[in-house]
Formats: sequence, structure tokens, C-alpha cells
Amino acid sequence: MVAEEEALTCKTSLPSQVDGVPLSALRTGEEGVIAELTGGHSLCSRMVSLGLTPGASVTVLQNFGRGPLIVRVRDTRVALGRGEAGKVLVRRTE
Amino acid sequence: MSENRAISKRIALPVVQERPVLVALAGQPNVGKSTLFNLLTGLHQHVGNWPGKTVERKEGTLTWKGTTYRLVDLPGTYSLTANSLEELIAREFIIRERPDVVIAVVDAATLERSLYLVAELLPLPAPVVVALNMMDVAQQEGIQVEPEVLQAALGVPVVPMSAVRGVGVQELLETVERMARGELPYTPRFPQIRPDHQQVLDSIGERIAGYVPSPYPDEWVALKLLEGDPEITAMMRSALPPERWDEVHAILRAHDDAQVAVASGRYEWIGRMVRAAVTRPRVGQIGLTERLDRWVTHPILGLFILAGIFGLVFWLTYTLGAPLQNLLETYVVGALAEWVGGLPLPAWLSGLLADGVIGGAGAVLTFLPILVFFFAALAFLEDVGYMARAAYVMDNFMHLIGLHGKSFLPLFLGFGCNVPAVLGTRVIESRRARLLTILLAPLVPCTARMAIIIFLAPAFFGAAAPLVSWGLVLLSLTVLALTGIVLNRVLFGGRRSAFIMELPLYHLPNWRTIGLSVWQRSLSFVRKAGTVIVVISAIIWALSTFPGGSTEESFLGQLGRWLEPAGRLIGMDWRLTVALLSSFVAKENSIATLGVLFHTGEEGLAETLAATYPIATALAFLVVQVLFIPCVAAVGAIRQETASWRWTLFSFALLLGISFLAGGATFHIARWLGG
Repeated sequence: MVAEEEALTCKTSLPSQVDGVPLSALRTGEEGVIAELTGGHSLCSRMVSLGLTPGASVTVLQNFGRGPLIVRVRDTRVALGRGEAGKVLVRRTE
Repeated sequence: MSENRAISKRIALPVVQERPVLVALAGQPNVGKSTLFNLLTGLHQHVGNWPGKTVERKEGTLTWKGTTYRLVDLPGTYSLTANSLEELIAREFIIRERPDVVIAVVDAATLERSLYLVAELLPLPAPVVVALNMMDVAQQEGIQVEPEVLQAALGVPVVPMSAVRGVGVQELLETVERMARGELPYTPRFPQIRPDHQQVLDSIGERIAGYVPSPYPDEWVALKLLEGDPEITAMMRSALPPERWDEVHAILRAHDDAQVAVASGRYEWIGRMVRAAVTRPRVGQIGLTERLDRWVTHPILGLFILAGIFGLVFWLTYTLGAPLQNLLETYVVGALAEWVGGLPLPAWLSGLLADGVIGGAGAVLTFLPILVFFFAALAFLEDVGYMARAAYVMDNFMHLIGLHGKSFLPLFLGFGCNVPAVLGTRVIESRRARLLTILLAPLVPCTARMAIIIFLAPAFFGAAAPLVSWGLVLLSLTVLALTGIVLNRVLFGGRRSAFIMELPLYHLPNWRTIGLSVWQRSLSFVRKAGTVIVVISAIIWALSTFPGGSTEESFLGQLGRWLEPAGRLIGMDWRLTVALLSSFVAKENSIATLGVLFHTGEEGLAETLAATYPIATALAFLVVQVLFIPCVAAVGAIRQETASWRWTLFSFALLLGISFLAGGATFHIARWLGG
């Protein structure tokens, strides 16, 4: 049962939309719109409750290329590990 | 699921007539919920655990205009999907206890995020009053929120307020009172699922109708099934006839993206509310928080700041606490023991009271001043918002030992006392990370262990004592890191739980919140000292006194001699072995025990020891002492928090093994080097 739950992901987008880059690839100061969450079920659940949903715009406040990142989403500063940030796909906005 | 039922059964209280109005306080972390709770209930609060759970439960009473209110502070959670025990507890309470009113605390400065919980609360069967908190902060940030517009848009009462400044509290209570009496219009607008999933939701709703166990609302259950909520899924799987369940399950599997559709529906609803009620701040405005964070969360500078701040915490703690500790030792514990010794009591009773109870529990209590200052400093750092940053900059290091940043605070608390460290692991969501943190916590040298080092090191090592002391601290932290790496590999296959956390805005400290936090942490320490430690101290005293009246011939002495062959392996005679055993009651007992065994008392003890033992033995003894099993209070805390004797015994055996190996290695290497 547990294995089954973990196997579920929360992939959301239509195949045509998948052209995002991982959030962890955005440099400090860059902005993007979340295209897709690719993590497991419980990770996604925690992400959405902190405001990270497809369509939300995010600003990277800090990314030193290694270690955790800080992003701003829906007026909240959220710290997330590099691994977790890699599971959020975003489209850059200029 | 079985857990689920257990909660409900025990929470259900008999309904008495004229029962006080039951009010639940809900809110996300960092929205000022605790401040409001403290403001409303003051010291009329009771802190305990949710039945059978290791989640803290705060409850308080309040009398206002002749009516008594029972206020239950629900755990602070971002949502109500059963991701964590906290979320489960919060929603089970509302569904099963049906509070007369739920106060939903939201932060006016981060309305978009903090309304998410409101979106989850509205479909539950209890009326919601929104406390629009932090209006002052929002104003400073240039955000203008119009409460009346928000109220009209939500369809539920909205009360603007600032709990920190005590503004709006009367209005809130008045609204709660009128709501409880049913005098206010209540027409909530519910969030809808994203339109492309409405049909799926309906088809699930049709299939489960009539099968949903009471008291769960049908529509809510359908929504939670779509969200993939593990508890509700398990509940419906057993509630539905098998073929029905297969149908529902097939629909769910075909729509495993529905979780995000549900969440997006809530954010769309929130977007409408926010657009109606909020005048946005000027874009590009950089607040104080972001300016400070450029330094404080910087991967290198941030570490220096962290080291500086924590150095200051230790310095303050010991500079202010140590003199008070000495006063307490001399004028309270010492005087009390002397007074008891002078009473016309049978010798065994006066010995039991003076040496057993006062000597054991009293010695533990003398650590209180140091702990109070330490807890106050940490509560201050927590309250102003720094602790989340400390977790963030430590995340890289914590990764190395299979943990993430959130484990840093509880481990750091361990420098004060291992007991609050173990209790403090409650902030960690995943059970795996929490267990690992609990297992590692006793390897942080607490104030009592430091006291032993500070007492013994100068006698043995003279001018090199500070160096040796630092070396011992460094050693225990290195052992902690290595143990973390190994345990994570062996027990958990190297997996690591997700690190996501909010970095709250920095804000001015609220002295009330800090004071209450210090009060509660100290109280739980004193309670432990007052119960477990008194009993065990008395037992150890008896073991070291009977039969025969001298420690050499006592049961403890006999045990020490029996264990001597093992002690010899790490360079220790029976006296040092007994001293180690007695440190199980309270670490600093080692010193008192040695004083008894050498008939010197504490004054001449250091010199006597230095003359008796070679350096290699002394070093091995100190190494074992810092790595040894923690005191009985900490073991009790480990048992309580892991809720398992198996893990408690595992921790016990682990530390015993580690300290024995490290002690042996130290002894033999030091002797080989000529010590």
C-alpha cells in the first residue's frame, strides 16, 4: 500500500506543456512560472500547501549553485533543498 | 486508520449540560496563533499531549462577559491533508468534536498563502471566524487589506487585529460569542475544484454516497480521496463494498493529477478573495527581511553569523547562569541537606533524604538557572525568526549525516539539556528523520557533562585543560556525525527526507511568547527532576549504602567489582566504573560518587584523582563520560518520544557500545603514546 502511494506522482501538465527547466537551474533574481511538479505524492502535497502550484510565479531569492535555495512564492519566502527544487519545473519569465 | 480511531475515542468527552463554549484555534505556522492563544488564556493553560500522540496539545480557559470558553490550540499546519500527525489531529478534532466556533488565524501580510488553510477549514462541519492578524505588519509592508470586503467575499465574519499589540481582541471575542449563539449570518463561499475535474469529483461523490462513515461529510471525503489522502483512502476502502471500491479506485488511478487540481481550485478561490480585498504593495520594494537575509542566509557569511550568535548564547548563558547556580548549590541545596542532617531522624532516613533525594534531585535542579538562560536565548532567536535561518544555513552539514536543517535546532538544544532536545524533535515531519535525530541527540554534550569535564580536566591536564575540553566537545560532535552517517546507511538505506520550510519575516520579539516558552520548557525539566530523578536517586543511594553502610561493600560496589574486568579493558578500576554507573541518574553524580569512594568530598577530589590515575585512564574516563548513555531523564524522554521500548533499548545499547569502543581506543592509544 505504502509502496503504491509513493509510486504515484502528481504530474499535472499535458505533454505539450513540458518545456520547463528545474527551479534549481534559475539563478538568483530570476523569475519563472511553475509548469509542473514531478515529485512523489507527499512531497507535492507539502509543496502545494506552501503555495508551489502550477501557474504560480516564483522568484529565486538565493541560489549559490549548491545547497538549498530560497524562493519567493505567493508573498512567502520558502527554503527548499536542491533535490526538492529539482522536482519543480518552471518556465522562465523575462 | 487504527490510530485515527484511537484519537477519536479518547477525545470524545461526555457532554455535560452548560458546557463551556468550545472554541478551536486554527492557523498556519508563523501567523501569530500562539501569541493570540497566550493573549486569550494567559497562564490559564494546560500543556499536554494529544491522547496517545507525541504532539503537544495546548488548552486553556477564558471567561468573558460571564461565559466560559474552552480554547483548544490546534497544531499549526499549512493544510489539512494527512501529511503529518499534526494535520490529522487538527481535522479530526474539528470533525469529531464539532467546536462551536473555529477561529482561523490568518496573516494579513501573506494573505494569499495563509488563506489556504481557511479554504480547507470551510468545508468542515464547524463555523469559522477569520482573525485577520498582523494588520500592523501588513501596513508597514505597504499592504492595504480591507476586512469588510474580505468578509463579504468569504461570507464569514472577518475581524482585523494585531495580537502582538492586543488590538482587536475584544472585537474577536464579541464575534465569537455572537457566532456561538448563532446570531451572525454565515454564508461561506466554498472553493471549487478546478473545472476540468468537477466531473470526476461528482462521479466519485455518486459512488460513495451512503457509504461514508459518520461523522465525515460526504463531499469532503470525495475531495480528500481525489487528493490521495492516505487516511481517508484507507477508511473508504474498508467502508465501501469491494466492487464499489474497485470502481472508485480505478477513477482515482486515472486521475492521479487531481491533487494539484484540488489545490489549484483553492488558490483560484484565494485569488478572487485577495483581488477583492487587497491593495497590492509597490512592486520591487525590498523589505527589512530580504536585506537581512542577504547576510544571514549567505552560505559562508551565514555560518560565521551563526557561530557568532551561538557563541554569544553560550557566553551569556554561562556568565549569567553559573553564579546563580553556585548560589543555589550553597544556599539552597547545601543548606537544605545540612538542615535535614541536623533533624532528629533515624540515620538511614536522614541519609536517604540528604544524600539520596536532595543530593540527587537537588543537584539536577541547580542546573535550572543555566537552562533558563539558555532556553530564553533560544526562545528569543526562535521568536524573532532567526531559527529558521539557522536551519537553512546548517542544511548542507546536516545532509552529510542524513538529516536536514530542521534537525539542527533540537540537536542544538542538547547543549543545554538532552531532555528538551529529544522533545524538540517534534518539529521534524518525517518519522525517519525524527528517529535519527532522537538517536543522535544524546551525543551532544549537555551542561552536566560539561560540568564534569570542567571539574576534572584542570586537575589532570593543568594548562592544557581548555584544549582537552574543546577536544572532547569536538570528539563528541565528530562521533555524532559519524554515527549519523552509519545509522542512516544501515537503518534507512541512505534515504533522506524532503527539506521545505517557510522562512518567516523577522519581527520584534514578543516577551510573553518567550516567557511562556521558557516557563513550559523549564517546568517539564523540573517535573522530570521532581519525579523520575527523585525516585532513581533514592534507589541508587540505597544501592550504594546497603548492605553494610559503606560504598565499597554495597550492592553498587559489588556491581562495580563484578564489572571491573570490563572496565579494565578501557583502563578503569571499579571506582571509576561505579562513578560511570551512578552518572546514569544525573551526569554530575559521577563527581559526587568519586568523592564518596575516595572519602575526600569534592574539595580535595581533583588532586586525589590526579595522583591516583595515569593520564591515559583519565582521558579514557572523560571520553566515556561524554559519550555514555544519557541520564535517566533523557532515556525517559527517548522512550516517550519514540513510543517504543525497542528503540529506547537500541539507543541505550548503541551509546554503551560507542562509549566503550571510544574509551578503549583512547586508553590504549594514550598508553602507547606514553601517557
